[in-house]
Amino acid sequence: MQLIACPWCGQREEIEFSYGGQAAVAYPADPASLSDEQWARFVFFRDNPKGPFAERWVHSAGCRRWFGAVRDTRTYEFLSVGPLSATTARPSVLPEATP
Amino acid sequence: MSRIEGYGRIDRSRHVTVTVDGAAYTGHPGDSLASVLLAHDARPANTGVKLGRPRGIGASWTEDPTGLVQVEEPFPEPMLLATTLEATDGLVARGVNGQGRLSEIPDLARYDRLHTHGDVLVIGAGPAGLVAARTAARRGEDVVLVDDRPTAGGTLTGTETIDGRPSLEVVDEIVAELRASPNVTHLQRTTAFGHYDDGFVLALERRTSHTDDGGLARRSRQRVHRIRAGRIVVAAGAVERPIVLEDNDRPGIMLAASARDFLHRYGVLAGREVVVFTSDDAAYAAAVDLHDAGATVQVLDARPTAPAVWSRRCADRGIAVTANTHVHGTRGPDRITAALVGPERREVPCDLLLTSGGWNPTAHLFSHVGGRLAYDPSLGAFRPAAPRPGVEVIGAADGTFGLADILRRAGGAGGADDAPHADDEPRDPTAVLWRTEGDPARQFVDIQRDATVADIARAVGAGMTSVEHVKRYTTIGTAHDQGKTSGVIASGITAELLGLPVEDLGTTTFRPPYTPVAFAALAGRERGDLFDPVRTTPIHDWHVAAGAEFEDVGQWKRAGHYPHPGENMTDAVLRECAAVRTSVGIMDASTLGKIDVRGPDAAVLLDRLYTNMMSSLKVGRVRYGVMCGNDGMVFDDGTVLRLADDRFLVTTTTGNAAAVLDWMEEWLQTEWPELRVRLTSVTEQWSIVAVAGPRSRDVVGAVFADLDVSNGTFGFMTWQDTALDGVPVRVARISFSGELAFEVSVSAWYAAAVWARLLEAGRAHGITPYGTETMHVLRAEKGYPIIGQDTDGTVSPHDLGMAWAVSKKKPDFVGRRSFSRAQNQDPRRKQLVSLLPTDAATKLPEGSQIVRFADDGRLPAPPVPMLGHVTSSYHSAALDRPFALALVKGGRERIGEVVGVPVAGELVAALIGETVLVDPEGARRDG
Repeated sequence: MQLIACPWCGQREEIEFSYGGQAAVAYPADPASLSDEQWARFVFFRDNPKGPFAERWVHSAGCRRWFGAVRDTRTYEFLSVGPLSATTARPSVLPEATP
Repeated sequence: MSRIEGYGRIDRSRHVTVTVDGAAYTGHPGDSLASVLLAHDARPANTGVKLGRPRGIGASWTEDPTGLVQVEEPFPEPMLLATTLEATDGLVARGVNGQGRLSEIPDLARYDRLHTHGDVLVIGAGPAGLVAARTAARRGEDVVLVDDRPTAGGTLTGTETIDGRPSLEVVDEIVAELRASPNVTHLQRTTAFGHYDDGFVLALERRTSHTDDGGLARRSRQRVHRIRAGRIVVAAGAVERPIVLEDNDRPGIMLAASARDFLHRYGVLAGREVVVFTSDDAAYAAAVDLHDAGATVQVLDARPTAPAVWSRRCADRGIAVTANTHVHGTRGPDRITAALVGPERREVPCDLLLTSGGWNPTAHLFSHVGGRLAYDPSLGAFRPAAPRPGVEVIGAADGTFGLADILRRAGGAGGADDAPHADDEPRDPTAVLWRTEGDPARQFVDIQRDATVADIARAVGAGMTSVEHVKRYTTIGTAHDQGKTSGVIASGITAELLGLPVEDLGTTTFRPPYTPVAFAALAGRERGDLFDPVRTTPIHDWHVAAGAEFEDVGQWKRAGHYPHPGENMTDAVLRECAAVRTSVGIMDASTLGKIDVRGPDAAVLLDRLYTNMMSSLKVGRVRYGVMCGNDGMVFDDGTVLRLADDRFLVTTTTGNAAAVLDWMEEWLQTEWPELRVRLTSVTEQWSIVAVAGPRSRDVVGAVFADLDVSNGTFGFMTWQDTALDGVPVRVARISFSGELAFEVSVSAWYAAAVWARLLEAGRAHGITPYGTETMHVLRAEKGYPIIGQDTDGTVSPHDLGMAWAVSKKKPDFVGRRSFSRAQNQDPRRKQLVSLLPTDAATKLPEGSQIVRFADDGRLPAPPVPMLGHVTSSYHSAALDRPFALALVKGGRERIGEVVGVPVAGELVAALIGETVLVDPEGARRDG
């Protein structure tokens, strides 16, 4: 059972975590402007590299916070963990946050 | 009797009686079941799994491929090794003919687990492991030492000399020091069976197998230790390798070191007339020791010359040693009576044939974590090839075989000074000999699987060139012993047959568990009620007392229906349905998921996640909402109460509560971290009681006197706060039955009291408790889908006829873009409709396929065109007939069409209709 270092809680056993797929797949800025194929690529397609892969994880049975990780898909080794980037593209046509 | 005075570590002052195959045998504490049998020149009545040939005991520990028994007392267990079973008084067993039998009585023993953390875990308490553990302990490290045998010392017999003293004295001294060290945990009878990432090892401790003091009543029978250590030291020793020869499966054929182990550990001489056939020096120690204990011994060495030192020791004792000689077969009606020696197959009488073809390092626990093994031609075996971070392999497990070397290296660089010392013994190299000449069909490679050299030849002949394929084709290495003695030989013989070097072929992958582990041990305490947590509502005890039949919804126990005496489920549900439609019913809806959504951006978050608009919801009002995934398929539904400008209470389906909270958190944290919203699960804090039916207003009005329940003040889809005896209560007009209905929410602590008050107030109206079965019927009559029953992840809100719940004003929300995909616009998509069987009598089984109706009432010829399937189906009290909901291709277009549903070989005609079958105008609900 692997240990995963939650950026907030430290090392915990892997069963406490859930996998969230590829990181930095931003929600499209304007979904309505996308073709069906472009939208389908966002919804259904993800990279599947052999080697280091930037992923999202969540400490489900711990602090319940999401975080980012780079993991080697050949060895399962976590090369780094950290907060999810706060600068991912935001959906611009969604209702805006209250000022 | 073959018990030899002066040998063994058994307690001869005490006796135990065991029964095997109906015969009683006397042994001593410290014996194994195998040693008791051998002491009586007996064996379990075993036969091979395929060929039915008799089988004996072939080794002294976990590597024995043949000595399996079925234990009957103290508790039935199949296929345990007689060599690893400690002889206890009253043990009853019998031989196994290929297959064991699981217990038919419940296992009342307890099993548990323990988490242990340490700086270093040492696996194996032989000379290497003991010295490594002591060195680490003296450095102040937290040490865990586990060993699978009852006592420490590994294969040391006591005849060796360490630091000028008998070896076992030194063992006792080290064990005493470890026991006295507060930083050492030392566990015997504990098998490390699996090694996983980051220094994680599972070990099974047998806690009662050796006691006859009623230990089971006092402690768990077995315990799984979950050990996490910074460093893992594998000192698991090595397993001797036999030499395959014709008819090598007879009783009376054994590994040389095992015969020595039986002598020194148990004081048992496994044979009187012994032939030792070897290609390795170690077997000479067995020859000498068995001779000294009274046996007649001769040694046949496959190597061109016998080792000088051992030849001299043998000559001193009159043990004949013949070099450059092979044993080609055996003779005997059953147990061996003679070895067939040399090409001329000369009969050499014997009652015990010992073979030794060298040693296989026990590197399993190195291999489990991906450690690579490589073939070492000097050993004829595979050993660790390259170091692995955090894992050390020492001693025989690493292919180091001289005691002097083992002790030197085990001390490590820092501890070399205080490592014990043994004199070097000269060692001639092992000669690699997988098998001798003979009939391949009678040369057994895996004796437990009855798999022979001929089977390997068949696999190779069939084109297999990988040992993994050969293993699966022949089943070699798949028995209880997982090929401890046969695996490497199978690789070697396969390589020979393929004409390849064995180093190129490799060996099969070692996987956990190292030795068999009972499921009961792995389950630990998570059996019965503790197998999966059971969640009950605060009103659960009332439901039990009222005789409810429960339905499992996720981990929740929900009252399904409340049968009266003599009622079956259908009767009870029809009665409960009628009560709700004609007077008033009451249901415990506490299991609904509830999420408190709070913060200045709460409305923004909900607008983005629900298909409908939530920001326009006024405080005091309720709205039904649908959530979709990015793919536009319905994920969950429920009601949303606006409690304040910045606060909502969201309900979810019972089974999906955690998933919805996770879903909301995911978007909030990963995509929209700027939104100021906090999400809190309040599922267990709030209980909900649904009061439904035309008389519900009277009941709710009577209990909550401060509440104006008139339709003008308290309209459909609104909520109001009130109090009962000072306890805050929230009442909402929400209906999942289509009737006038209220949902009463109260702190879970007061739920049972509120339930009782409502029942009391409803007595005059014949208030009827109803369960989830009834709720299902009532909602289906209204065409309300249950997410997960009427949907399956491929159904959009439009497919459910819920376009009205999809906002056209919002520029975007999760799932919106998918609605305009060509696939979602396809008019042939499956859509939710109702089905009325035209005979007004058949209840269509849920899951039934829907096909075109054929006039002759028979299925058309295949391929039968499938139109959809039945998702919900019930008897309706209101309609006085069965009805169903179904997903049908282009279903809305087909309303009015008759389709066929195959039921028990007949094609039942059913009319497609609108989903709302009761009160389509909603007059009852809104009244």
